[in-house]
Amino acid sequence: MLKRFIQKSFNNAAIYAVTVVVVIVSLLLGISIGSLSIPFSTIIDIFLYQWFGTPLNSDIPTNLVQIVMEIRLPRVVLAFLVGASLALAGAAFQGLLKNALADPYTLGVSSGASVGAVIVLFFGIQLPFVGTFTLPIVSILFGLCTLFLVLLFTRAVERKMSVETIILAGIMFGAFFSALISLMIALTGEELRQIITWLMGSVAMRGWNYTMMTLPFFLIGSLLLLWNSRELNAFAFGEATAAHIGVDVMRRKLVILTGASLLTGSAVAVSGTIGFVGLVIPHMIRLVCGPNHRLLLPLSLLYGGAFLVLADLAARTIISPRELPIGVITSLIGAPLFAVLFFKRMKRKT
Amino acid sequence: MNVLEVNNVSYRYHDKMVLQDVTFTVQKGELFGILGPNGSGKTTLLKLLSKELSLQTGMIFLNGKPLVSFSQKELARLVAVLPQSVDTTFGYTVKETVELGRYAHQGSLFPKWTEGDEQAVIKAIEQVELLDKMEEGIDQLSGGERQRAYLARALAQEPDILLLDEPTNHMDIAQQMKLLDRLSKWTKEKRLTVIAIFHDMNLASLYCDRILFLKQGSVIGVSEPNDMIEESTLRNVFGAPVRRQAHPVVPNPIVTFLPEMELPEREKELRDRLTIEKSHERIVVTTSQPFKVLSSSLVGAGFQWATHFVNRHVSKDYRCDDAEEEMKQYLRSHTLDVKRTIGMMTAVCLEDAAYVYRKEETFSLFTIVTAGIGNAVDAAKAWERDESAKGVGTINIIVFIDGTLMDAAYVQAMMTATEAKTKALYDERILDPKTNTMATGTSTDCIAIAASQMNTVFDYAGTITPLGKAIGRSVYEATREALRRYQQRRGDDQ
Repeated sequence: MLKRFIQKSFNNAAIYAVTVVVVIVSLLLGISIGSLSIPFSTIIDIFLYQWFGTPLNSDIPTNLVQIVMEIRLPRVVLAFLVGASLALAGAAFQGLLKNALADPYTLGVSSGASVGAVIVLFFGIQLPFVGTFTLPIVSILFGLCTLFLVLLFTRAVERKMSVETIILAGIMFGAFFSALISLMIALTGEELRQIITWLMGSVAMRGWNYTMMTLPFFLIGSLLLLWNSRELNAFAFGEATAAHIGVDVMRRKLVILTGASLLTGSAVAVSGTIGFVGLVIPHMIRLVCGPNHRLLLPLSLLYGGAFLVLADLAARTIISPRELPIGVITSLIGAPLFAVLFFKRMKRKT
Repeated sequence: MNVLEVNNVSYRYHDKMVLQDVTFTVQKGELFGILGPNGSGKTTLLKLLSKELSLQTGMIFLNGKPLVSFSQKELARLVAVLPQSVDTTFGYTVKETVELGRYAHQGSLFPKWTEGDEQAVIKAIEQVELLDKMEEGIDQLSGGERQRAYLARALAQEPDILLLDEPTNHMDIAQQMKLLDRLSKWTKEKRLTVIAIFHDMNLASLYCDRILFLKQGSVIGVSEPNDMIEESTLRNVFGAPVRRQAHPVVPNPIVTFLPEMELPEREKELRDRLTIEKSHERIVVTTSQPFKVLSSSLVGAGFQWATHFVNRHVSKDYRCDDAEEEMKQYLRSHTLDVKRTIGMMTAVCLEDAAYVYRKEETFSLFTIVTAGIGNAVDAAKAWERDESAKGVGTINIIVFIDGTLMDAAYVQAMMTATEAKTKALYDERILDPKTNTMATGTSTDCIAIAASQMNTVFDYAGTITPLGKAIGRSVYEATREALRRYQQRRGDDQ
């Protein structure tokens, strides 16, 4: 018994150790590779210099410090936060809805949040008191509203809320909101190119502002979800079972949906719609570590972040010096996986 | 003490009344069964108890407190539920599944997994005997094992009350018995209260302390199985024809179902349904359809369905330690199915057997008697005799009846036949050679009452009833005739 317990803890510790290494390496890779290649050692030197005041190696030019600290690092951190948010939100949606095909993108939450973001960007709206946080807040609210619309609609169609119906409703609302965005773009005309890049998802040239803008929502959303990992496990056995073992179903459901929407909305606000991250990452982790949310949620967060850092790296190096939208990379990987999952699911049913 | 009190609960779903004015109480440590046909509101009632549905009218009290005053978590510490089916979930191990049961015992803000939690989980898994499958995926278990894993999860909640919705649904009969044995044991040992929906009336009758019958949302009755498992009640509640019987060991009734069958033999004369083969070694009556028999015979005693009736001749000095087994072997060697055969022995000459056929208005009767008085005995003085040697039966009576006999009729038919036999002995002036008083029978007599269980129904077969009269007359006549032939042959021999 004790042995098994230790074994289990050790396994978890080993899993986390590997994960942390993967995260650090992907972050370093993200900073290192680019039009100007920067070796890992230099990056670490720069960090030590910046954060701990150790003297900088004399061969490192000061503009390199600038590049690392003001261009590469914020981009990598933002990519990490966005990826972590989307993957964690995806894992939560999947657990709560008992639906392996659910993620912020397939549920239409991303599109809904985009509408909010586009409205803010193009009408230059600024809400009182919240200042620069207007963008993520509006995005989050739009995302949350979309989610409830999708769920209410699904429920109205079919009380048992089957997986396919939820996804269909999500795609339907997503299409509608995409059309709304296109309409807005067509009407404004001017900054067409920029908004299209944004729509396809990008973490380029956002600087620290954007990173700081999403950070509070990321922290709150992540904590809300990680705090509800036991409840998510219970929901995996159905809402009735969750209630039987003592879960306050309505409240917890609301908390989880809010947490996931916070993450999705704030991610969309700063990076546009990046699809399928929330689908790919939790699925891979489930394959390796099982469905227990106590492990699944933190790992989704960490690997989601690392994945998007690497996806961003690919996006800007494949056809360098030009950049691909990051959403192209994630969709290229995610859409086929979605197809496989969907195929397997329908096969199992027949 | 009442753990649960349900007062005037009604529930309406859209415009349909699912439950109407349901009132009952459950005591601590009871195994309480809820039975009723499909759509009678059983599951709705259980869902109201588990707060899965909210009360519309009426009150439910748990340990004296209104159910609504419990938070979901407080309730889960008191009541655990094992639903009929749980969504299958992929990838969770048995242990992870059972661990969920501890949810209600942990803090909300900073849940901490304590040694106590761990122990409760292991104990629960142990109780359902799944320790060896603890790390296996719940989706890899068989239906019965999965049900047990969910039961363990419910037990890990350490509840006072366990609510079960047809718990034995996915189990084979051995697993069902085992589960119910366990539940029954826990109600006694741990004072656990179990409230369960049952589908199988017999399981409910055997295991429940009390049973509640629901029909169209109303309570038909709540009481002990002995009071509730009544033919008329069951017919009223389920609308299915059943017959109540006594369980061989447990003092609770069991029911059997009466299927509607085509009985092509129904129209045939009793005589045409019987084939009789006579030889000096045995008389074999073969029936074209099984007869239900109550007999004291060597093979097939008690109640039995039979198609073959064998009266076998053995020599006067037949001795065997295990006569029954020897008889079975004899039957087998003559390709007779032992389970379908009534086997008797006699030392008298089979040619002296008497056959009497009677056709009455609503039934017919066929009686076969072989009689010898070598062991004639006066039952009233038998205690004065000291020998205990067991000879072979000397008066064997088989009565075939075309009719449906209730249990009482069988027993009365036995009595009537015995009385008629005794009277025949009396009128033939047969004496017990030891006591020199009138003999009432011989020491190893045998009687079989065989009824076709079709056509006219007979509740009784006492001497006042037409059936009793016919039995008495047939047996009397046949016995006298057989005795006369026996004595005649003895006279001839000497």
